[in-house]
Amino acid sequence: MNPTAISVKNLDLYYGEKQALKNIHVDIDERSVTALIGPSGCGKSTFLRTLNRMNDLIPNVRIEGQILIKDTDIYSDEVDVEMLRKRVGMVFQAPNPFPKSIYENVAYGPRIHGLNDKKKLDEIVERSLRGAALWDEVKDRLKDRATGLSGGQQQRLCIARALAVEPDILLMDEPTSALDPISTLKVEELVQELKKNYTIVIVTHNMQQAARISDKTAFFLNGDLIEYNDTDKLFSNPDHQQTEEYITGRFG
Amino acid sequence: MSQLAEKKNFFRKEKTWREKMEALIPGFLLLCGLLSVLTTVGIVFTLIKETASFFAEVPFVDFITGTKWTALFSEDQREFGILPLLIGSLQITLGAAVVAVPLGIGSAIYLSEYAPERIRRVIKPVLEVLAGIPTIVFGYFGVTFVTPLLRDFFPDMDFFNALSASIVVGIMILPMIASLSEDAMRSVPRNIREAAYGLGSTRLEVSLKVVLPAALSGIVASFVLALSRAVGETMAVTIIAGSTPSMSFSYLESIQTMTAFMVQASTGDISYHSLPYYSIYAVGATLFVITLTMNLLALYISRRYKEEY
Ligand SMILES: Nc1ncnc2c1ncn2[C@@H]1O[C@H](COP(=O)(O)OP(=O)(O)OP(=O)(O)O)[C@@H](O)[C@H]1O
Ligand SMILES: [Mg+2]
Repeated sequence: MNPTAISVKNLDLYYGEKQALKNIHVDIDERSVTALIGPSGCGKSTFLRTLNRMNDLIPNVRIEGQILIKDTDIYSDEVDVEMLRKRVGMVFQAPNPFPKSIYENVAYGPRIHGLNDKKKLDEIVERSLRGAALWDEVKDRLKDRATGLSGGQQQRLCIARALAVEPDILLMDEPTSALDPISTLKVEELVQELKKNYTIVIVTHNMQQAARISDKTAFFLNGDLIEYNDTDKLFSNPDHQQTEEYITGRFG
Repeated sequence: MSQLAEKKNFFRKEKTWREKMEALIPGFLLLCGLLSVLTTVGIVFTLIKETASFFAEVPFVDFITGTKWTALFSEDQREFGILPLLIGSLQITLGAAVVAVPLGIGSAIYLSEYAPERIRRVIKPVLEVLAGIPTIVFGYFGVTFVTPLLRDFFPDMDFFNALSASIVVGIMILPMIASLSEDAMRSVPRNIREAAYGLGSTRLEVSLKVVLPAALSGIVASFVLALSRAVGETMAVTIIAGSTPSMSFSYLESIQTMTAFMVQASTGDISYHSLPYYSIYAVGATLFVITLTMNLLALYISRRYKEEY
């Protein structure tokens, strides 16, 4: 079995008084796809965003417990949040390219982390765009505005942009919910490809998608992690009744 | 039964009255709109007419290339070269820009990207109030506070001088730049900022490399608008910078701007339909062309380079 990439222990999260995550325990394998499913408002995004400390940007969030990545508690004081986010990249629900050129979108990350060599940047941009299966579609118009791409292309550009800083872990929050079926398929294929090199945690509302692309699935309900299991097992023979009810569509 | 009939009647009456009002409203509103359009047309018309009278006597080329402005001197010594006044206005505008642009951007970045909501909610209205202070108050603030302070550093400086006026005008237009730029930066969607943070950007990197460029059109438009206000600024520069048309481009000496000349001329006892009288309109028309151009430029910039997020 793969070694553990992320180890979450006793994680509680509060928005002000309201508890949004309750005592979560999860070990996420390296180079695998982990899907997070559950009804709206159950805490999937919140959980995902604890993994690269994006919740730090929200006032009044309190977090207790531990998240270990490479044996370091990412919430300890020594952790450099910018470095953490470089290692743990993120792709968001709606494509959010910068209002810059396609090239500049991808080069942005490496640039802020200190790379200015034009040749190296060119290399990284090409490699990342290839990695996101977008290169052939945009190679002749790298100087064009990214906002002129189609939604599906924009989302793959956002994936390329995340890959450009060479993360180990990629967090994806419903990356295909704003996309048409063909673009969705492309992103799904891409995820399968990427897991050879990256640890991927993906939130999805689409259970077929979770079943298709993930190795393990975590089912959340009202801030609790109800079941965390191999995807095949969870969708065919879940251990918990609530999981069963959810995947058979009886609620949520 | 009779009660019901009464009620019906009552409703009908009310309705017709409201319908009448409704029908009148668009006409009334149109009138309001027309009034301001007509006023503008009237102003421009007067401006053009009186300016034409001026150029009937003074050649246009002499006006825009002449280096001496002595419009209010006795008749044999009069010269109408607008360059000294243009330079005066340019000096004030440049000086104000040097003060207001960096400070304005700085405050906008602070308010939009750093300030906690609580602080922002206090400062933003204060900025707007500041923008509403009568400019004459700024004028007296200049001569009683800024000028004496500056003279501690530059003892040879004239009492009336361009430096003090530039600084005060800069302070005057600062809230406008800060507030409009902040609006532009705030309208950059949150998810773009999140993308930048998600790649490991610091707050400063997000501000300078993502939000600022994304809001650039709005920010530049705010500069142009604010500077066009600086060009047109009247009371403060009249009081602080004096009334000595000068080609020297010195900030330590007294100068005169286009606006200050117009104040000086219209408060003096020049006779109606004399050449000095017409010269007010010629200067006014020049000012109008400049500020109009700047306003159109601001509009063009914010439209042409507007970001689609
Ligand atoms: N910034 C916030 N402040 C306060 N409460 C929040 C905030 N963000 C989320 N919550 C609350 O925390 C709970 C979990 O929200 P979260 O966004 O993680 O749900 P989710 O599972 O991602 O839902 P969805 O499927 O709709 O995206 C919800 O009850 C939500 O209202
Ligand atoms: Mg969510």
